[in-house]
Amino acid sequence: MKGAAVTFTLNGAAVSGRADESLIDAAARHGIEVPHLCYKKGMRPDGNCRTCMVEIKGERVLAPSCCRYPTEGMEVTTNSTRAVASQKMVLELLLSDVPETSYTLNSELDLWAKRLSVGKPRFASRHQPVQDISHPAIAVNLDACIQCGRCVRACREEQVNDVIGYAFRGSDSKIVFDFDDPMGESTCVACGECVQACPTGALMPAREVGKIVADKQVESVCPYCGVGCQLTYHVKANQILFVQGKNGPANSSRLCVKGRYGFDYVQHKHRLTRPLMRKPGVAKHKDFIVDPDNWSDVFREATWEEALAFAADGLRTTRDTCGKRSLAGFGSAKGTNEEAYLFQKLVRTGFGSNNVDHCTRLCHASSVAALMEGINSGAVSNPVRDVARAEVIFVIGANPTVNHPVAATFMKNAARNGVKLIVADPRRSDLARHATHYLQFNPDTDVALLNAMLHVIVEEGLVDDEFVRDRTSGYDALAENVKAFSPEAMAPICGIDAATIREVSRLYATSKGSMIMWGMGISQHIHGTDNARCLIALALSTGQIGKPGSGLHPLRGQNNVQGASDSGLIPMFYPDYQRVAAPAARERFETLWGTTLDPDPGLTVVEIMNAAKKRQIRGMYVMGENPAMSDPDVDHAREALAMLDHLVVQDIFLTETAYLADVVLPATAWPEKDGTVTNTDRMVQLGRKALQAPGDARPDLWIIN
Amino acid sequence: MPKTKKALKRARSTPKGRQVDPQALEDIQKLLESAPRRRDLLIEHLHKIQDRFGCLSAPHLVALAAEMKMAMAEVYEVATFYHHFDVVKDGDAPPAITVRVCDSIACEMAGSHQLLHQLPDLLGPGVRVLHAPCVGRCDTAPVAVVGQNPVPHANVEKVAALVHANALKHPRRDSTTPHPHLDVVTPGHIDYASYRAQGGYELARSLDGGAKTRDEIVAAMEDSGLRGLGGAGFPAGRKWKTVAAGPAPRLMAINIDEGEPGTFKDRYYLERDPHRFLEGALIAAWAVGIDEIYIYLRDEYHGCREILETEIAALRANPPYAIPAMHLRRGAGAYICGEESAMIESIEGKRGEPRLRPPYVAQVGLFGRPTLEHNMETLHWVREILEKGPGWFAGHGRHGRKGLRSFSVVGRAKKNNVHLAPAGITVAELIDEYCGGMLDGHVFYGYLPGGASGGILPASMSDIPLDFDTLNQYGCFIGSAAIVILSNHDTATQTARNLMKFFSAESCGQCTPCRVGTAKALTLMTQTSWDQPLLKELSQAMVDASICGLGQAAPNPALSVMKYFPQEIK
Repeated sequence: MKGAAVTFTLNGAAVSGRADESLIDAAARHGIEVPHLCYKKGMRPDGNCRTCMVEIKGERVLAPSCCRYPTEGMEVTTNSTRAVASQKMVLELLLSDVPETSYTLNSELDLWAKRLSVGKPRFASRHQPVQDISHPAIAVNLDACIQCGRCVRACREEQVNDVIGYAFRGSDSKIVFDFDDPMGESTCVACGECVQACPTGALMPAREVGKIVADKQVESVCPYCGVGCQLTYHVKANQILFVQGKNGPANSSRLCVKGRYGFDYVQHKHRLTRPLMRKPGVAKHKDFIVDPDNWSDVFREATWEEALAFAADGLRTTRDTCGKRSLAGFGSAKGTNEEAYLFQKLVRTGFGSNNVDHCTRLCHASSVAALMEGINSGAVSNPVRDVARAEVIFVIGANPTVNHPVAATFMKNAARNGVKLIVADPRRSDLARHATHYLQFNPDTDVALLNAMLHVIVEEGLVDDEFVRDRTSGYDALAENVKAFSPEAMAPICGIDAATIREVSRLYATSKGSMIMWGMGISQHIHGTDNARCLIALALSTGQIGKPGSGLHPLRGQNNVQGASDSGLIPMFYPDYQRVAAPAARERFETLWGTTLDPDPGLTVVEIMNAAKKRQIRGMYVMGENPAMSDPDVDHAREALAMLDHLVVQDIFLTETAYLADVVLPATAWPEKDGTVTNTDRMVQLGRKALQAPGDARPDLWIIN
Repeated sequence: MPKTKKALKRARSTPKGRQVDPQALEDIQKLLESAPRRRDLLIEHLHKIQDRFGCLSAPHLVALAAEMKMAMAEVYEVATFYHHFDVVKDGDAPPAITVRVCDSIACEMAGSHQLLHQLPDLLGPGVRVLHAPCVGRCDTAPVAVVGQNPVPHANVEKVAALVHANALKHPRRDSTTPHPHLDVVTPGHIDYASYRAQGGYELARSLDGGAKTRDEIVAAMEDSGLRGLGGAGFPAGRKWKTVAAGPAPRLMAINIDEGEPGTFKDRYYLERDPHRFLEGALIAAWAVGIDEIYIYLRDEYHGCREILETEIAALRANPPYAIPAMHLRRGAGAYICGEESAMIESIEGKRGEPRLRPPYVAQVGLFGRPTLEHNMETLHWVREILEKGPGWFAGHGRHGRKGLRSFSVVGRAKKNNVHLAPAGITVAELIDEYCGGMLDGHVFYGYLPGGASGGILPASMSDIPLDFDTLNQYGCFIGSAAIVILSNHDTATQTARNLMKFFSAESCGQCTPCRVGTAKALTLMTQTSWDQPLLKELSQAMVDASICGLGQAAPNPALSVMKYFPQEIK
């Protein structure tokens, strides 16, 4: 809610403002800049640096404009002799204690000192601490620290990683990591939020890259997990110097260690730069060790023309001799939506079957199956950041502080703000410390625990009858089914006492908004779909979906696993989850694509491997996946792949799968191409090209085309 | 043969950073027993560890953090803020015995530097000798504290005797271990039974029973003119009204963190008549509608803590009526926690960093609730004012001022003590009428009218009425009414340096003007010739831009020297 409108005087002129807009923001809105250091937009104002002091008529001392709000008739002066004298003295005091040469090109202290014409400080410097370069990614230069506490707020209030503290007192006060440990030996997870927050370069990217002037800044999306953080690449001479968080809807400028520091792979010497073809006579076998330094033992370089012709010929020959269903393709959850769409179209129209799938099969496919069945939508019901509007967050089978770190920050923020956080996981994760309830239930007893919760909801009358009546079906069967699952009966099985089960059930059911977030701990089971069904039943029976701060959110793993599925990179669905088995859908796509399509759903990842082993699948095209490394039974996968007549692999590295290929096509890494990806919130975001691909590597889209 | 791959970096066996040591965790769990693990109890729990193990070792702190579900950094930043916690990261614990020698103004004038110089060699390596800020016994300067045992009028012999006797606790009246000044440090107090026998708590009980209305009581308090005696002088009655108007639940926080060098009046009353302020607190709680009362006692007052623990327990065990919950919280050595909002932070278990205002403590105070914050002495007078009528208190006073003040007088006058005198008395009258004149061989040179922060005035200005508001025009204030008398054996410059050193050491470190300003000012004041224009410029910014009274008042002594003692710094 917006604060009431107020009229006050700013440097002699009557201006309008709001009771909830700080003086510094109001002044900025009216074109008046007040120097500031500890204040950073988006962070809680702390008012400790005292550079933004202004004069308020009738007050004994000056006031920090970042922490004060206008009242009707207030007379504020930002540029009086007294206010400016204070602003300048504070800058001079801080300047006297930092090195003359800055560690950063963007020191806010230098900037304000220059603007206010603060000369060489007249005070002797403090005794300076030594540099801490124990961390591989971050340099700690506390001699440049002005104790503004922005890093503390970044670490504790934004990211809630809780590593940085402000210890000791008086002029001995200092920024510390844990127990004043070297940063590299502390519990720091290197999210780098503190570096982004630091105004003076006291915390900087390692190896002084922050002192290099970038050629360009490119706005893009993080290529790692499904959270979909927006970021900015700082590029110099076709190299990424460093990465900063950009204010995107999913991340509010936050990043984690992966997004901020995990870009060196792009420049790795093992990147593929030329098409490779298998040397004649080099046999394929499941037992091998990848040795990218000696790739020429197995492959020879080829031109694109030769490699593409060979790749296509091999696939065509296999199709023509062994039938359409003898070919299969694996797309990737790390490619773009455009690539995913084209890839499945290639398989469906070119190969002539629906044998197209990707790693979602081993990931959230069980969740999607349950969701399609339960609510006919294979995605989340609302974004992660809706947790801020929830009263209860129920996290089960997920370790977001590790796997979705930025999403986890919003959950931790919510917990700090009083939202009840229930964490259920056999393995105690970092999130448990922030939880109001931590349920360490026995492995593989999800259904017992969740059905016991459903039992409580039914038995204690916590069901949202209206919601159930108007929007659901089959409730009576559910109520009947959970009768036998009392918390008392399930407690010995799941290892959580009945009272706790009852308590969290009541919390979940009766809150104004409850959100369920889950991950692989739910889906990667032989009964993963059952686990997800239970969660859906919880939400539907209590009406905890379809209103603010409530809903179902399977945390998606890869950056585009949602988009790859949406684009039809799955054997039983065309794009937009149109069923292959539904004649109407097929006809629509046949018209659109101008060809006839295989009316039967294709094989899944697992089935394709089995079929290859049985020689029913003879040729494959694998784009950006590495089943020889990531499949559950690697031996089995390698054996199957080795048995193929023809294997085309498109990747940026010589992966284990590529080692079994007949032809390897060098593709582009994420920062080398344009394209969109869909995050866990099902938000489509644009990635932009920041770098030229190395050697003769080509964009994936070009290759598929 | 497959080629061997480059050996992978061995994975860590534990996550990065310090891990919980099972033995340390067991220690902590045993020590804390069933005590709640709430974060506002952090300082209380740190005290338990410090008392039991003699220091705060890193493994214990890691275990405590885990046990309280707190971050390590949160625990560490609090532990390192307070003087009385010895954080030992790696290596040896400090020696078993610590001797603290006060080097604040009164003790320095009485020769504490001599003690600090001689004691380490004399006591040997098994004893640690530390400088300490004011311990609130300036009337018996110089003061040393052996463990928790105060040594008034300290000399090396007295200190050594207590160290050798391993007498580390504040002595009780019935103590068998000899103490050189038992009657001074443990004068004996009116206990609960005696206080009740003398009519104590009858007033509070009658009010609770409906003898008078809340409005009547608040009006009486307003009429008495009683003002906050911690230093700020805010009218007590008006404060009650303001807090009572706030939404429930409302809390009370009683400030017994008197750390202003030269001040010891709270201790004086507490050591003799502890129930008087408790009854005042109950009356205030009734009048304002307070749910819970928090009492914050400075850690230096070990004797008072024992008295309070005993007497509050007695009160609780046999209350005159259903009284609100009372919590005694222990400071940990930090002058800044005498500042009301810093104290509140400390009660919440955090670093004692003053809060920005607005919002004011009366509106958003302890745990975010409307809070009635009072200095102990303010509450000490409530019963007597209400029993004798507001006119009784207002009837005292001199030179047009009203009320009574408890002056802590120290330095070069004959009788250093708490002198209850009329508000508005001048320092000349105070020395003559209450202190028996100056010490022999000493000529009155100047005085500090309000402890360390109230500025310094020359002897020529000895006729100013001492009260709230009367000193402002001279750049000074009365504060907690600690009067330090200087003589021809002292200089204002040396005094000011001592005070700036104190402020620099006691600054919480939060805001730039105070954290950096006090350090830079001290450097400037250490020069034989002061850079007066720069010091004045710096002082103005400290006054204007510091968050709290510490930084705002810290330049007062320096400004006083430049204004009233220019001959010293030519």
